Amino acid sequence: MKILVTIKRTPHRDARMRVAADGKSLETGDIAFEINPFDEIAVEEALRIKEAGKAQEVVAVTVGLEVAREQLLAALAMGADRGILVNSGGAAEKQELDSLQIAKTLSAVIQSEQPGLVIMGKLATDDENWQIAPMVAELLGWPQATFASKLELSEDGKTAQVTREVDAGLEEVELTLPALVTVDLRINEPRYASLPGIMKAKRKPLDVIEIEDLGGLADLGGIGQSCVRTVSYRALPAKEKGILVDSAAALAAALKERKLV
Amino acid sequence: MTTADVLIIVGPTPSSPRKIDRAAIGFGRKATDCISGELDLLLLGPAAETASSQFAHLGARKIYTIGHADLANYTAEAYTHAVCDFTSERNYRFLGGSASSATRDYFPRVAARLGIPMASEVLEIDQLTADQAQLVRAVFVGNLLATLSISGPQILATCRASAFEVPAEEVATESPVEVVTISHALALAGKQFLSLTEQTSDRPDLTEAEIIVSGGRGTRGAEGFQLLEQLADQLGAAIGCTRAVVDSGWMPNDLQVGQTGKVVAPKLYFAVAISGAIQHMAGMRSSKTVVAINKDPDAPIFEIADLGLVADMLEAVPQLTEALKG
Repeated sequence: MKILVTIKRTPHRDARMRVAADGKSLETGDIAFEINPFDEIAVEEALRIKEAGKAQEVVAVTVGLEVAREQLLAALAMGADRGILVNSGGAAEKQELDSLQIAKTLSAVIQSEQPGLVIMGKLATDDENWQIAPMVAELLGWPQATFASKLELSEDGKTAQVTREVDAGLEEVELTLPALVTVDLRINEPRYASLPGIMKAKRKPLDVIEIEDLGGLADLGGIGQSCVRTVSYRALPAKEKGILVDSAAALAAALKERKLV
Repeated sequence: MTTADVLIIVGPTPSSPRKIDRAAIGFGRKATDCISGELDLLLLGPAAETASSQFAHLGARKIYTIGHADLANYTAEAYTHAVCDFTSERNYRFLGGSASSATRDYFPRVAARLGIPMASEVLEIDQLTADQAQLVRAVFVGNLLATLSISGPQILATCRASAFEVPAEEVATESPVEVVTISHALALAGKQFLSLTEQTSDRPDLTEAEIIVSGGRGTRGAEGFQLLEQLADQLGAAIGCTRAVVDSGWMPNDLQVGQTGKVVAPKLYFAVAISGAIQHMAGMRSSKTVVAINKDPDAPIFEIADLGLVADMLEAVPQLTEALKG
Protein backbone atom coordinates (compact mmCIF):
# COMPACT_ATOMS: atom_id res chain seq x y z
CA MET A 1 0.00 0.00 0.00
CA LYS A 2 1.03 3.56 -0.66
CA ILE A 3 0.44 6.32 1.91
CA LEU A 4 0.21 9.94 0.85
CA VAL A 5 0.85 12.71 3.36
CA THR A 6 0.32 16.41 2.79
CA ILE A 7 2.73 19.09 3.93
CA LYS A 8 2.23 22.82 4.43
CA ARG A 9 5.02 25.34 4.86
CA THR A 10 4.06 27.46 7.87
CA PRO A 11 5.80 30.10 10.00
CA HIS A 12 7.49 28.55 13.03
CA ARG A 13 4.93 27.63 15.69
CA ASP A 14 6.32 30.14 18.18
CA ALA A 15 6.91 32.99 15.72
CA ARG A 16 5.27 36.26 16.64
CA MET A 17 3.75 37.45 13.40
CA ARG A 18 3.59 41.20 12.81
CA VAL A 19 1.41 43.18 10.44
CA ALA A 20 3.32 45.10 7.77
CA ALA A 21 2.93 48.86 7.47
CA ASP A 22 0.35 48.51 4.66
CA GLY A 23 -2.00 46.63 7.02
CA LYS A 24 -2.58 44.08 4.26
CA SER A 25 0.37 41.77 4.58
CA LEU A 26 2.66 40.25 7.19
CA GLU A 27 6.30 40.90 7.90
CA THR A 28 7.97 37.61 7.11
CA GLY A 29 11.55 38.81 6.59
CA ASP A 30 12.99 37.38 9.80
CA ILE A 31 10.49 34.56 10.28
CA ALA A 32 11.70 30.95 10.21
CA PHE A 33 9.44 28.44 8.47
CA GLU A 34 8.80 24.80 9.24
CA ILE A 35 6.56 21.90 8.32
CA ASN A 36 3.18 22.59 9.88
CA PRO A 37 3.59 20.71 13.22
CA PHE A 38 0.47 18.61 12.62
CA ASP A 39 1.74 17.60 9.16
CA GLU A 40 4.98 16.49 10.78
CA ILE A 41 2.88 14.19 12.98
CA ALA A 42 1.19 12.92 9.80
CA VAL A 43 4.57 12.08 8.25
CA GLU A 44 5.61 10.29 11.43
CA GLU A 45 2.42 8.22 11.48
CA ALA A 46 2.89 7.21 7.85
CA LEU A 47 6.49 6.19 8.51
CA ARG A 48 5.47 4.07 11.48
CA ILE A 49 2.89 2.24 9.37
CA LYS A 50 5.53 1.60 6.72
CA GLU A 51 8.04 0.43 9.34
CA ALA A 52 5.41 -1.97 10.68
CA GLY A 53 5.36 -3.54 7.23
CA LYS A 54 1.86 -2.36 6.35
CA ALA A 55 2.84 0.12 3.65
CA GLN A 56 5.54 0.14 1.01
CA GLU A 57 5.83 3.79 0.09
CA VAL A 58 5.26 7.18 1.71
CA VAL A 59 4.74 10.10 -0.66
CA ALA A 60 4.79 13.68 0.64
CA VAL A 61 2.87 16.33 -1.31
CA THR A 62 2.72 20.09 -0.97
CA VAL A 63 0.85 22.77 -2.87
CA GLY A 64 2.67 26.05 -2.76
CA LEU A 65 5.56 28.08 -3.98
CA GLU A 66 9.03 26.81 -4.90
CA VAL A 67 10.30 27.69 -1.39
CA ALA A 68 8.13 24.90 0.03
CA ARG A 69 10.74 22.50 -1.41
CA GLU A 70 12.54 23.05 1.90
CA GLN A 71 9.65 21.47 3.85
CA LEU A 72 9.34 18.58 1.39
CA LEU A 73 13.05 17.90 1.86
CA ALA A 74 12.48 17.91 5.62
CA ALA A 75 9.77 15.25 5.18
CA LEU A 76 12.10 13.21 2.94
CA ALA A 77 14.82 13.57 5.58
CA MET A 78 12.45 12.13 8.18
CA GLY A 79 12.05 9.11 5.91
CA ALA A 80 9.37 9.78 3.27
CA ASP A 81 10.29 8.11 -0.03
CA ARG A 82 9.23 10.66 -2.60
CA GLY A 83 8.08 14.27 -2.80
CA ILE A 84 5.67 16.14 -5.07
CA LEU A 85 5.61 19.91 -5.18
CA VAL A 86 2.60 21.35 -6.96
CA ASN A 87 3.82 24.81 -7.84
CA SER A 88 0.98 27.31 -7.55
CA GLY A 89 3.27 30.26 -8.22
CA GLY A 90 2.55 30.68 -11.91
CA ALA A 91 -1.20 30.29 -12.01
CA ALA A 92 -1.97 32.01 -8.78
CA GLU A 93 0.35 35.00 -9.24
CA LYS A 94 0.10 36.77 -5.93
CA GLN A 95 -3.49 35.71 -5.46
CA GLU A 96 -3.81 33.17 -2.69
CA LEU A 97 -5.53 29.89 -3.48
CA ASP A 98 -8.54 29.30 -1.25
CA SER A 99 -9.17 26.08 0.66
CA LEU A 100 -11.44 24.57 -1.97
CA GLN A 101 -8.88 25.20 -4.72
CA ILE A 102 -6.14 23.58 -2.66
CA ALA A 103 -8.44 20.67 -1.83
CA LYS A 104 -9.16 20.21 -5.55
CA THR A 105 -5.46 20.31 -6.36
CA LEU A 106 -4.65 17.71 -3.71
CA SER A 107 -7.57 15.55 -4.85
CA ALA A 108 -6.21 15.59 -8.41
CA VAL A 109 -2.79 14.44 -7.14
CA ILE A 110 -4.42 11.74 -5.00
CA GLN A 111 -6.47 10.47 -7.94
CA SER A 112 -3.33 10.11 -9.99
CA GLU A 113 -1.24 8.56 -7.18
CA GLN A 114 -4.01 6.27 -5.89
CA PRO A 115 -2.77 5.77 -2.32
CA GLY A 116 -4.68 3.47 0.04
CA LEU A 117 -4.46 6.00 2.84
CA VAL A 118 -4.06 9.78 2.99
CA ILE A 119 -2.84 11.23 6.27
CA MET A 120 -3.04 14.96 6.95
CA GLY A 121 -2.49 17.23 9.95
CA LYS A 122 -5.76 18.17 11.65
CA LEU A 123 -5.11 21.87 11.14
CA ALA A 124 -2.49 24.26 9.83
CA THR A 125 -1.09 26.50 12.55
CA ASP A 126 -1.00 29.63 10.38
CA ASP A 127 -4.55 30.17 9.11
CA GLU A 128 -6.21 27.59 11.40
CA ASN A 129 -8.96 26.96 8.86
CA TRP A 130 -9.54 23.25 9.67
CA GLN A 131 -10.98 22.86 6.16
CA ILE A 132 -8.86 21.14 3.57
CA ALA A 133 -8.87 17.50 4.77
CA PRO A 134 -12.67 17.02 4.93
CA MET A 135 -12.97 18.88 1.61
CA VAL A 136 -10.52 16.45 -0.01
CA ALA A 137 -12.35 13.42 1.42
CA GLU A 138 -15.65 14.76 0.09
CA LEU A 139 -14.25 15.54 -3.36
CA LEU A 140 -12.91 11.98 -3.55
CA GLY A 141 -16.07 10.47 -2.04
CA TRP A 142 -13.91 8.83 0.64
CA PRO A 143 -14.66 8.14 4.31
CA GLN A 144 -12.72 10.25 6.79
CA ALA A 145 -11.62 10.16 10.40
CA THR A 146 -10.44 13.52 11.68
CA PHE A 147 -8.52 14.32 14.92
CA ALA A 148 -7.08 10.82 15.29
CA SER A 149 -5.23 9.93 18.48
CA LYS A 150 -4.87 6.29 17.43
CA LEU A 151 -4.77 4.65 14.00
CA GLU A 152 -4.59 0.91 13.46
CA LEU A 153 -4.70 -0.90 10.14
CA SER A 154 -6.28 -4.33 10.02
CA GLU A 155 -4.08 -7.35 9.28
CA ASP A 156 -5.46 -7.62 5.76
CA GLY A 157 -4.87 -3.89 5.18
CA LYS A 158 -8.43 -3.31 4.07
CA THR A 159 -9.72 -1.28 6.99
CA ALA A 160 -8.45 1.16 9.59
CA GLN A 161 -9.73 1.57 13.12
CA VAL A 162 -9.36 5.12 14.38
CA THR A 163 -9.81 6.73 17.79
CA ARG A 164 -10.87 10.36 17.46
CA GLU A 165 -10.52 13.11 20.06
CA VAL A 166 -13.89 14.89 20.02
CA ASP A 167 -15.55 17.48 22.28
CA ALA A 168 -17.42 14.86 24.30
CA GLY A 169 -14.52 12.42 24.74
CA LEU A 170 -13.19 9.67 22.49
CA GLU A 171 -14.92 8.23 19.45
CA GLU A 172 -14.02 5.04 17.61
CA VAL A 173 -14.73 4.54 13.93
CA GLU A 174 -13.80 2.04 11.27
CA LEU A 175 -12.89 3.12 7.76
CA THR A 176 -12.76 0.99 4.65
CA LEU A 177 -9.72 1.99 2.59
CA PRO A 178 -9.05 4.09 0.61
CA ALA A 179 -9.68 6.65 3.33
CA LEU A 180 -8.45 9.92 4.76
CA VAL A 181 -7.29 10.46 8.33
CA THR A 182 -6.22 13.66 10.08
CA VAL A 183 -3.95 13.36 13.08
CA ASP A 184 -4.04 15.03 16.47
CA LEU A 185 -1.17 15.78 18.82
CA ARG A 186 -1.27 12.68 20.95
CA ILE A 187 -1.00 10.06 18.21
CA ASN A 188 2.81 10.14 18.17
CA GLU A 189 5.94 12.17 18.83
CA PRO A 190 7.59 12.99 15.49
CA ARG A 191 11.22 11.94 15.07
CA TYR A 192 14.06 14.29 14.28
CA ALA A 193 15.71 13.82 10.92
CA SER A 194 19.10 12.13 11.26
CA LEU A 195 22.18 13.48 9.50
CA PRO A 196 22.28 10.49 7.09
CA GLY A 197 18.56 11.05 6.57
CA ILE A 198 19.19 14.65 5.57
CA MET A 199 21.98 13.59 3.17
CA LYS A 200 19.78 10.89 1.62
CA ALA A 201 16.84 13.26 1.19
CA LYS A 202 18.73 15.22 -1.45
CA ARG A 203 18.90 12.15 -3.66
CA LYS A 204 15.27 11.13 -3.27
CA PRO A 205 12.87 11.87 -6.14
CA LEU A 206 11.15 15.24 -5.86
CA ASP A 207 8.82 16.08 -8.74
CA VAL A 208 7.70 19.61 -9.42
CA ILE A 209 4.37 19.93 -11.22
CA GLU A 210 3.06 23.28 -12.40
CA ILE A 211 -0.50 23.59 -11.19
CA GLU A 212 -1.84 24.34 -14.67
CA ASP A 213 -0.26 21.12 -15.95
CA LEU A 214 -1.97 19.00 -13.32
CA GLY A 215 -4.09 16.41 -15.05
CA GLY A 216 -7.29 15.49 -13.29
CA LEU A 217 -8.29 18.97 -12.18
CA ALA A 218 -10.68 19.19 -15.11
CA ASP A 219 -12.59 16.17 -13.76
CA LEU A 220 -13.18 18.15 -10.59
CA GLY A 221 -14.70 21.01 -12.54
CA GLY A 222 -11.42 22.89 -12.92
CA ILE A 223 -9.65 24.79 -10.20
CA GLY A 224 -12.10 27.69 -10.41
CA GLN A 225 -11.74 31.18 -9.03
CA SER A 226 -10.35 32.00 -5.63
CA CYS A 227 -13.39 33.12 -3.61
CA VAL A 228 -11.67 33.84 -0.30
CA ARG A 229 -9.08 36.60 0.04
CA THR A 230 -7.45 38.12 3.11
CA VAL A 231 -7.84 41.86 2.66
CA SER A 232 -6.24 43.07 5.88
CA TYR A 233 -4.64 42.07 9.15
CA ARG A 234 -4.66 43.79 12.49
CA ALA A 235 -3.17 43.13 15.88
CA LEU A 236 -5.41 42.19 18.76
CA PRO A 237 -6.59 45.18 20.77
CA ALA A 238 -4.18 45.73 23.66
CA LYS A 239 -5.39 44.42 26.97
CA GLU A 240 -5.42 46.74 29.98
CA LYS A 241 -2.66 45.86 32.38
CA GLY A 242 -3.83 43.80 35.32
CA ILE A 243 -2.86 44.12 38.95
CA LEU A 244 -0.80 41.85 41.18
CA VAL A 245 -2.08 41.02 44.65
CA ASP A 246 0.19 39.74 47.40
CA SER A 247 -1.83 36.97 49.03
CA ALA A 248 -4.63 34.50 48.48
CA ALA A 249 -6.75 36.48 50.94
CA ALA A 250 -6.22 39.67 48.93
CA LEU A 251 -7.15 37.78 45.75
CA ALA A 252 -10.37 36.54 47.35
CA ALA A 253 -11.17 40.08 48.48
CA ALA A 254 -10.54 41.47 44.99
CA LEU A 255 -12.79 38.83 43.40
CA LYS A 256 -15.58 39.61 45.86
CA GLU A 257 -15.17 43.37 45.39
CA ARG A 258 -15.52 42.93 41.63
CA LYS A 259 -18.56 40.71 42.23
CA LEU A 260 -16.94 37.91 40.22
CA VAL A 261 -17.68 35.22 42.80
CA MET B 1 -30.54 32.85 -7.60
CA THR B 2 -30.16 32.86 -3.87
CA THR B 3 -32.48 34.60 -1.45
CA ALA B 4 -31.36 36.90 1.37
CA ASP B 5 -32.06 34.18 3.90
CA VAL B 6 -29.83 32.56 6.47
CA LEU B 7 -29.80 28.95 7.65
CA ILE B 8 -28.23 28.00 10.96
CA ILE B 9 -27.39 24.32 11.20
CA VAL B 10 -27.29 22.54 14.56
CA GLY B 11 -26.21 18.94 14.61
CA PRO B 12 -26.01 16.57 16.28
CA THR B 13 -28.82 18.36 18.14
CA PRO B 14 -28.70 18.36 21.97
CA SER B 15 -31.86 18.02 24.07
CA SER B 16 -31.89 21.80 24.62
CA PRO B 17 -29.82 24.69 23.21
CA ARG B 18 -26.30 24.94 24.60
CA LYS B 19 -24.26 28.12 24.75
CA ILE B 20 -22.69 27.24 21.39
CA ASP B 21 -26.12 26.77 19.77
CA ARG B 22 -27.39 30.09 21.11
CA ALA B 23 -24.20 31.69 19.80
CA ALA B 24 -24.82 30.15 16.38
CA ILE B 25 -28.31 31.64 16.36
CA GLY B 26 -26.83 35.00 17.42
CA PHE B 27 -24.41 34.65 14.50
CA GLY B 28 -27.34 33.94 12.17
CA ARG B 29 -29.26 36.94 13.45
CA LYS B 30 -26.25 39.17 12.86
CA ALA B 31 -26.11 37.87 9.29
CA THR B 32 -29.82 38.46 8.69
CA ASP B 33 -29.49 42.00 10.07
CA CYS B 34 -26.80 42.69 7.45
CA ILE B 35 -28.83 41.51 4.46
CA SER B 36 -32.38 42.03 5.72
CA GLY B 37 -33.20 38.37 5.32
CA GLU B 38 -34.94 35.77 7.41
CA LEU B 39 -33.42 33.18 9.72
CA ASP B 40 -34.28 29.48 9.58
CA LEU B 41 -32.92 26.66 11.74
CA LEU B 42 -32.02 23.15 10.65
CA LEU B 43 -31.79 20.63 13.50
CA LEU B 44 -30.19 17.29 12.68
CA GLY B 45 -30.04 14.01 14.57
CA PRO B 46 -32.18 11.70 16.68
CA ALA B 47 -33.03 14.42 19.24
CA ALA B 48 -33.92 17.05 16.61
CA GLU B 49 -37.69 16.67 16.64
CA THR B 50 -38.17 16.47 20.39
CA ALA B 51 -35.68 19.28 21.02
CA SER B 52 -37.28 21.59 18.45
CA SER B 53 -39.67 23.12 21.00
CA GLN B 54 -36.63 24.18 23.04
CA PHE B 55 -35.42 26.17 20.05
CA ALA B 56 -38.83 27.65 19.22
CA HIS B 57 -38.44 31.05 20.91
CA LEU B 58 -35.08 32.15 19.55
CA GLY B 59 -36.37 34.21 16.65
CA ALA B 60 -36.30 31.73 13.77
CA ARG B 61 -38.87 32.08 10.97
CA LYS B 62 -39.01 28.32 10.73
CA ILE B 63 -37.38 25.24 12.22
CA TYR B 64 -36.70 22.18 10.08
CA THR B 65 -35.75 18.86 11.63
CA ILE B 66 -34.15 15.79 10.07
CA GLY B 67 -34.10 12.72 12.26
CA HIS B 68 -33.08 10.12 9.69
CA ALA B 69 -31.93 6.71 10.99
CA ASP B 70 -28.46 7.21 9.45
CA LEU B 71 -27.98 10.25 11.73
CA ALA B 72 -28.52 8.24 14.93
CA ASN B 73 -24.79 7.87 15.41
CA TYR B 74 -22.82 10.85 14.17
CA THR B 75 -20.72 10.50 11.04
CA ALA B 76 -19.45 13.41 8.96
CA GLU B 77 -20.47 11.64 5.77
CA ALA B 78 -24.15 11.17 6.68
CA TYR B 79 -24.54 14.64 8.23
CA THR B 80 -22.98 16.18 5.12
CA HIS B 81 -25.37 14.28 2.90
CA ALA B 82 -28.39 15.40 4.95
CA VAL B 83 -27.40 19.08 4.94
CA CYS B 84 -26.69 19.09 1.21
CA ASP B 85 -29.94 17.32 0.34
CA PHE B 86 -31.80 19.92 2.38
CA THR B 87 -30.01 23.02 1.10
CA SER B 88 -29.85 22.04 -2.56
CA GLU B 89 -33.58 22.74 -2.90
CA ARG B 90 -33.47 25.98 -0.93
CA ASN B 91 -31.38 28.95 -1.91
CA TYR B 92 -29.94 30.30 1.30
CA ARG B 93 -27.42 33.12 1.04
CA PHE B 94 -25.62 32.14 4.22
CA LEU B 95 -25.23 28.75 5.88
CA GLY B 96 -23.83 28.89 9.40
CA GLY B 97 -23.16 27.09 12.64
CA SER B 98 -20.96 27.13 15.70
CA ALA B 99 -17.41 25.75 15.74
CA SER B 100 -17.22 22.36 17.45
CA SER B 101 -15.47 19.05 16.85
CA ALA B 102 -18.51 18.04 14.77
CA THR B 103 -18.73 21.12 12.56
CA ARG B 104 -14.94 21.12 12.12
CA ASP B 105 -15.45 17.58 10.83
CA TYR B 106 -18.45 17.88 8.49
CA PHE B 107 -18.92 21.53 7.50
CA PRO B 108 -15.90 21.54 5.13
CA ARG B 109 -17.38 18.45 3.45
CA VAL B 110 -20.62 20.39 2.98
CA ALA B 111 -18.71 23.32 1.44
CA ALA B 112 -16.87 20.98 -0.95
CA ARG B 113 -20.04 19.14 -1.94
CA LEU B 114 -21.90 22.39 -2.62
CA GLY B 115 -18.80 23.95 -4.20
CA ILE B 116 -19.06 27.08 -2.06
CA PRO B 117 -16.45 29.03 -0.05
CA MET B 118 -16.16 28.57 3.69
CA ALA B 119 -14.96 30.72 6.60
CA SER B 120 -14.06 29.02 9.87
CA GLU B 121 -14.50 30.37 13.40
CA VAL B 122 -15.65 33.85 12.54
CA LEU B 123 -15.48 36.55 15.22
CA GLU B 124 -17.22 39.44 13.44
CA ILE B 125 -19.39 40.01 10.39
CA ASP B 126 -18.25 43.32 8.91
CA GLN B 127 -20.39 43.16 5.82
CA LEU B 128 -22.76 40.80 4.05
CA THR B 129 -24.36 41.62 0.70
CA ALA B 130 -25.87 39.50 -2.07
CA ASP B 131 -22.50 38.42 -3.45
CA GLN B 132 -19.86 39.64 -1.03
CA ALA B 133 -18.98 39.06 2.62
CA GLN B 134 -16.34 40.54 4.89
CA LEU B 135 -15.68 38.42 7.92
CA VAL B 136 -13.10 38.72 10.69
CA ARG B 137 -11.32 35.73 12.22
CA ALA B 138 -8.27 34.98 14.33
CA VAL B 139 -5.11 33.60 12.72
CA PHE B 140 -1.60 32.70 13.89
CA VAL B 141 -2.60 31.16 17.21
CA GLY B 142 -4.96 34.00 17.96
CA ASN B 143 -2.25 36.64 17.70
CA LEU B 144 -3.71 38.48 14.72
CA LEU B 145 -7.13 39.21 13.30
CA ALA B 146 -7.61 38.76 9.57
CA THR B 147 -10.42 40.30 7.52
CA LEU B 148 -11.55 37.98 4.75
CA SER B 149 -13.38 39.04 1.64
CA ILE B 150 -15.52 36.21 0.31
CA SER B 151 -17.21 36.38 -3.05
CA GLY B 152 -20.03 34.26 -4.43
CA PRO B 153 -23.78 33.95 -3.98
CA GLN B 154 -23.63 31.38 -1.15
CA ILE B 155 -21.20 30.87 1.73
CA LEU B 156 -20.77 28.57 4.68
CA ALA B 157 -19.33 29.88 7.93
CA THR B 158 -18.83 28.78 11.50
CA CYS B 159 -18.56 31.19 14.41
CA ARG B 160 -16.59 31.15 17.61
CA ALA B 161 -19.18 30.68 20.31
CA SER B 162 -17.36 33.25 22.46
CA ALA B 163 -18.01 36.00 19.91
CA PHE B 164 -21.79 35.87 19.50
CA GLU B 165 -24.75 35.75 21.85
CA VAL B 166 -28.50 35.77 21.58
CA PRO B 167 -30.44 38.21 23.74
CA ALA B 168 -31.47 36.61 27.02
CA GLU B 169 -35.17 37.43 26.57
CA GLU B 170 -37.22 34.98 24.56
CA VAL B 171 -39.03 35.88 21.38
CA ALA B 172 -42.79 35.59 21.97
CA THR B 173 -43.63 34.21 18.52
CA GLU B 174 -43.16 30.49 18.32
CA SER B 175 -41.24 29.20 15.32
CA PRO B 176 -43.24 26.63 13.35
CA VAL B 177 -41.56 23.25 13.00
CA GLU B 178 -41.44 21.16 9.83
CA VAL B 179 -40.21 17.59 9.98
CA VAL B 180 -38.23 16.86 6.81
CA THR B 181 -38.29 13.29 5.57
CA ILE B 182 -35.45 11.94 3.48
CA SER B 183 -36.28 8.51 2.13
CA HIS B 184 -32.89 7.42 0.78
CA ALA B 185 -29.81 6.30 2.70
CA LEU B 186 -27.42 9.00 3.95
CA ALA B 187 -24.55 6.91 5.30
CA LEU B 188 -21.36 6.20 3.36
CA ALA B 189 -20.63 2.48 3.17
CA GLY B 190 -16.94 2.83 4.02
CA LYS B 191 -17.52 4.53 7.37
CA GLN B 192 -18.66 2.72 10.46
CA PHE B 193 -19.33 4.35 13.82
CA LEU B 194 -18.15 2.00 16.59
CA SER B 195 -18.41 3.81 19.92
CA LEU B 196 -18.31 7.08 21.81
CA THR B 197 -16.71 7.12 25.25
CA GLU B 198 -18.01 10.20 27.03
CA GLN B 199 -16.42 11.58 30.14
CA THR B 200 -19.06 12.07 32.76
CA SER B 201 -18.74 14.71 35.42
CA ASP B 202 -21.02 16.49 37.87
CA ARG B 203 -19.32 19.74 36.98
CA PRO B 204 -20.56 22.11 34.28
CA ASP B 205 -19.28 21.55 30.76
CA LEU B 206 -16.21 23.60 29.82
CA THR B 207 -17.94 25.42 26.99
CA GLU B 208 -21.01 26.16 29.13
CA ALA B 209 -19.36 27.26 32.37
CA GLU B 210 -19.37 30.81 33.76
CA ILE B 211 -16.24 30.04 35.77
CA ILE B 212 -13.36 27.75 34.81
CA VAL B 213 -10.52 26.61 37.07
CA SER B 214 -7.69 25.47 34.85
CA GLY B 215 -4.38 23.85 35.73
CA GLY B 216 -1.05 23.42 33.96
CA ARG B 217 2.06 21.32 34.26
CA GLY B 218 2.96 23.15 37.49
CA THR B 219 0.10 21.45 39.31
CA ARG B 220 2.36 18.39 39.46
CA GLY B 221 -0.50 16.00 38.83
CA ALA B 222 -3.15 14.51 41.06
CA GLU B 223 -2.25 16.37 44.24
CA GLY B 224 -2.52 19.75 42.55
CA PHE B 225 -5.69 18.88 40.67
CA GLN B 226 -7.38 17.76 43.87
CA LEU B 227 -6.86 21.29 45.20
CA LEU B 228 -8.22 22.77 41.97
CA GLU B 229 -11.28 20.54 42.21
CA GLN B 230 -11.97 21.80 45.73
CA LEU B 231 -11.78 25.38 44.44
CA ALA B 232 -14.02 24.48 41.50
CA ASP B 233 -16.56 22.86 43.85
CA GLN B 234 -16.61 26.00 45.97
CA LEU B 235 -17.31 28.15 42.88
CA GLY B 236 -19.51 25.76 40.88
CA ALA B 237 -16.84 25.95 38.21
CA ALA B 238 -15.71 23.67 35.39
CA ILE B 239 -12.23 22.17 35.36
CA GLY B 240 -9.89 22.81 32.45
CA CYS B 241 -6.25 22.14 31.73
CA THR B 242 -3.37 22.58 29.30
CA ARG B 243 -2.07 20.24 26.63
CA ALA B 244 0.85 19.15 28.85
CA VAL B 245 -1.59 17.94 31.49
CA VAL B 246 -3.50 15.80 28.99
CA ASP B 247 -0.26 14.53 27.45
CA SER B 248 0.85 13.43 30.94
CA GLY B 249 -2.38 11.50 31.37
CA TRP B 250 -3.47 13.52 34.39
CA MET B 251 -6.70 14.70 32.77
CA PRO B 252 -8.80 13.50 29.79
CA ASN B 253 -8.56 15.18 26.38
CA ASP B 254 -12.00 16.80 26.52
CA LEU B 255 -10.80 19.16 29.28
CA GLN B 256 -7.99 20.66 27.19
CA VAL B 257 -8.25 24.41 26.57
CA GLY B 258 -6.25 25.92 23.73
CA GLN B 259 -5.61 26.04 20.02
CA THR B 260 -6.11 22.32 19.57
CA GLY B 261 -8.58 21.82 22.39
CA LYS B 262 -11.57 23.94 23.33
CA VAL B 263 -11.86 27.69 22.93
CA VAL B 264 -13.59 29.14 25.98
CA ALA B 265 -14.63 32.59 27.13
CA PRO B 266 -16.13 32.35 30.62
CA LYS B 267 -16.74 35.31 32.92
CA LEU B 268 -13.90 34.18 35.14
CA TYR B 269 -10.91 32.00 34.22
CA PHE B 270 -8.38 30.83 36.79
CA ALA B 271 -5.05 29.91 35.18
CA VAL B 272 -3.24 28.03 37.90
CA ALA B 273 0.38 26.94 37.44
CA ILE B 274 -0.01 27.65 33.72
CA SER B 275 2.97 29.45 32.22
CA GLY B 276 0.98 30.77 29.26
CA ALA B 277 2.10 29.14 26.02
CA ILE B 278 0.52 30.99 23.08
CA GLN B 279 -1.32 27.79 22.13
CA HIS B 280 -3.07 27.79 25.52
CA MET B 281 -3.77 31.51 25.49
CA ALA B 282 -5.41 31.14 22.07
CA GLY B 283 -8.11 29.10 23.80
CA MET B 284 -8.91 31.39 26.73
CA ARG B 285 -7.81 34.95 26.04
CA SER B 286 -11.39 36.12 25.40
CA SER B 287 -12.35 35.30 29.00
CA LYS B 288 -13.85 38.38 30.67
CA THR B 289 -11.57 38.20 33.71
CA VAL B 290 -8.38 36.14 33.92
CA VAL B 291 -6.81 35.28 37.28
CA ALA B 292 -3.27 33.89 37.17
CA ILE B 293 -1.58 32.07 40.02
CA ASN B 294 2.00 31.11 39.27
CA LYS B 295 5.19 30.98 41.27
CA ASP B 296 7.20 32.35 38.33
CA PRO B 297 6.71 36.14 38.25
CA ASP B 298 7.94 36.17 34.62
CA ALA B 299 5.35 33.67 33.37
CA PRO B 300 3.76 35.06 30.16
CA ILE B 301 0.28 34.36 31.54
CA PHE B 302 0.64 37.47 33.73
CA GLU B 303 0.68 39.59 30.54
CA ILE B 304 -3.00 38.81 29.95
CA ALA B 305 -4.10 38.40 33.58
CA ASP B 306 -6.46 40.92 35.16
CA LEU B 307 -5.53 39.70 38.62
CA GLY B 308 -2.26 37.97 39.41
CA LEU B 309 -0.78 36.25 42.41
CA VAL B 310 2.83 35.10 42.49
CA ALA B 311 2.67 32.05 44.74
CA ASP B 312 3.04 28.28 44.91
CA MET B 313 -0.35 26.86 44.00
CA LEU B 314 -0.11 24.09 46.60
CA GLU B 315 -0.30 26.79 49.28
CA ALA B 316 -2.28 29.52 47.56
CA VAL B 317 -5.17 27.47 46.17
CA PRO B 318 -6.35 25.97 49.51
CA GLN B 319 -6.03 29.44 51.09
CA LEU B 320 -8.12 30.94 48.30
CA THR B 321 -10.77 28.21 48.58
CA GLU B 322 -10.97 28.85 52.31
CA ALA B 323 -11.13 32.63 51.94
CA LEU B 324 -13.97 32.34 49.39
CA LYS B 325 -16.05 30.31 51.83
CA GLY B 326 -16.43 33.31 54.15
